[in-house]
Amino acid sequence: MKNTERDYSHIKGWGIDADPLDVPAYPMKRRTENDNKGMIWERPAQQPALVEVLHSNERPSLSAVFGTPNPPAGLSGKIRRFAFRYSESMIRHWLLLLLADRVNVIEGVKEDIQSGHIPDFFGELGGKAELKYNKAGLVRKIALGSLITIVAVAWLGRKRR
Amino acid sequence: MLAMNYRGPYRVRLDRNKPMPEIEHSSDAIVRVTRSCICGSDLHLYHGLVPDTRVGTTFGHEFIGVVEEIGDAVQNLKVGDNVLVPFNIACGKCVFCEQQLYGNCHESNPEATAVGGIFGYSHTAGGFDGGQAEYVRVPYADVGPTVIPEDMDHDNAVLLTDVFPTGYQAAEMGGIKPGDTVVVFGAGPVGIMAAKSAWLFGAGRVIVIDHLEYRLEFVKNFAQCEVYNFRSLGDVVLFLKKTTDWLGADVCIDAVGCEAAGDAMQTITGRKLMLQAGSATALHWAINSVKKGGIVSIVGVYGPTGNLIPIGNVVNKGITIRANQASVKRLLPKLIDHIQSGRIDPKQIITHRIPLEEVSDAYHIFSAKLDNCIKPILIPPSARK
Repeated sequence: MKNTERDYSHIKGWGIDADPLDVPAYPMKRRTENDNKGMIWERPAQQPALVEVLHSNERPSLSAVFGTPNPPAGLSGKIRRFAFRYSESMIRHWLLLLLADRVNVIEGVKEDIQSGHIPDFFGELGGKAELKYNKAGLVRKIALGSLITIVAVAWLGRKRR
Repeated sequence: MLAMNYRGPYRVRLDRNKPMPEIEHSSDAIVRVTRSCICGSDLHLYHGLVPDTRVGTTFGHEFIGVVEEIGDAVQNLKVGDNVLVPFNIACGKCVFCEQQLYGNCHESNPEATAVGGIFGYSHTAGGFDGGQAEYVRVPYADVGPTVIPEDMDHDNAVLLTDVFPTGYQAAEMGGIKPGDTVVVFGAGPVGIMAAKSAWLFGAGRVIVIDHLEYRLEFVKNFAQCEVYNFRSLGDVVLFLKKTTDWLGADVCIDAVGCEAAGDAMQTITGRKLMLQAGSATALHWAINSVKKGGIVSIVGVYGPTGNLIPIGNVVNKGITIRANQASVKRLLPKLIDHIQSGRIDPKQIITHRIPLEEVSDAYHIFSAKLDNCIKPILIPPSARK
C-alpha cells in the first residue's frame, strides 16, 4: 500500500470499496461446477422464430430469446444473409454488414416515398437544434456545401466542354 | 405508440405509429417507459459505426418504467412495479450468467457470440428494440429488471441502468489500490462516473483528460479531481509521465471508445474511412501512459473488427488489460447503497430533459456537444403528465 497520508475526508466514501486482497479484481475467471462442460446449462424455453433471424455461425442455433423487429429484407437482406456465411472473425462478415446498412438507408428513403412520406432530412438531422444552438456552424456548413457544389458543377461542366 | 426511429447515419426521427411490443416469450415483460437516456455509445449507432444497425431500429438501452404486462413464467415482477432495467439482457442460467458475467450472456443474442444482448443496440447485439419509446419488450424479466427503491429519485434510477455501473466497473477493473494514481480518458458521463468511483477504491490521485472545457469544469467539481485539456498539453503521454514522477499512472481508464479525438491519423482511418473499428486514440494513450506492470481498464465501446494500438508496449511494459461490458445486475445492490448513503448523486450529470417527440434534436445536441450537453434524457408524454 502506498503512502496515503493526504487527507481525503472531503471525499465522501473515500476508500470504502478498497480491498487490497481483491486481486486481480473484476472480471476474473470464477470456476463453477459447470465449467468446461460445454453448453450444458438448463436452457431457457426457446422463443419461437416467427420471422427470419440470422445467427452467427459460431453458435449451433439461435439463442433462447432474440429481437424480432426489422428482419432481413430486400437487397440489404440478401447482403446480410451472405455476410452471415462468414464467422465473426472474418472482416468480410462485418464489412458486408456495413454495406448492407448503407443499402438499407437507400431502401428506407425509397419506402418512405412509396408510402407517401417525404423524409424531412432537415428535421431528422436535428436541424432545429442546430438553428437554435449553432447558427454560425449551420451557416458555415451551408457555405461549405454550396462551395463544394459550385466547384463540382464547374468542374463537370468544364470536362463536358 | 411513439418511438425513436433510426433512418441512417445522423438521421433519426419520431415514429408516431410504431406497433406496440408484444410478449414473445414466457419470460418477457412489457414496460411503459418513464425515462430513457441517450448514451454516448448510442452515438456510435447514430453515426453509422456499428455493423448491422438496421433502418427502423429504436435505440435506447438506459431506461426505467412501469411494468404493464408480464409473461406466464415471470414471478419476480408484477404489473405496476416501477423498475430499472439493466442494459444487459441476461438469462441468469448460462455458464456466464452463473459467474455473474451478465454482460456476456450466451442466451440473448443469436447474431454475435462476442457480445450479449443489449436493448436497442443493433442486430449485432441481438436485434432488440430499445427504450427510447413509450413501451418496450423486456426479455428475462425475472433476471435483470429491479424494482426501484421507493426513496430513490427516478433520475438516479435511470442512471443505474448503465452509466454509473459502467463508470464504477471501470474503476473496479482497474484494481485500484489505496494511493494509486488513476488517469481517466474522457469526461463524458461514464468518465465522470469512473473518476468519482476511483475515490471509493482509495485512489490517491485522479486525473481526467478531455478536450471539452465545459465537461472538464463539471468533472473537476463533481469528482473533485485534476483535469487537463489535451489540446493544450501537446504530447499527452509525455505530460502524464512528467506529472507521475516519470513512471506513469498506476491505472489508466479508457472511457472514450471508438470516437476519440486527438490524433488525426486515428480519426481519419477510424472514424472517417472506417479502416479500423473506430479511433483508438484514448486506448493508445492509456497503454503508453500507464506504469510498467500497471492496469488499463477499458469500458469505451469499440467495433468488432480491429484497432491500431501499440500492442508491443503492452507486452514490453507487462500491462494488464481488463475490459468488459458492465455487469449491471451484479453491481446494483452496492451502487444503490452508495446513492442512498449520499456518497454519490449521479443525477447531477443530467443537463437536458427533452420530450421524446424531439428525439432528432436531442441526438444532434448530444452528438454535436451543443448547449454544454453532458447527459440528455428523453421523457415520453405519459411521464410528463
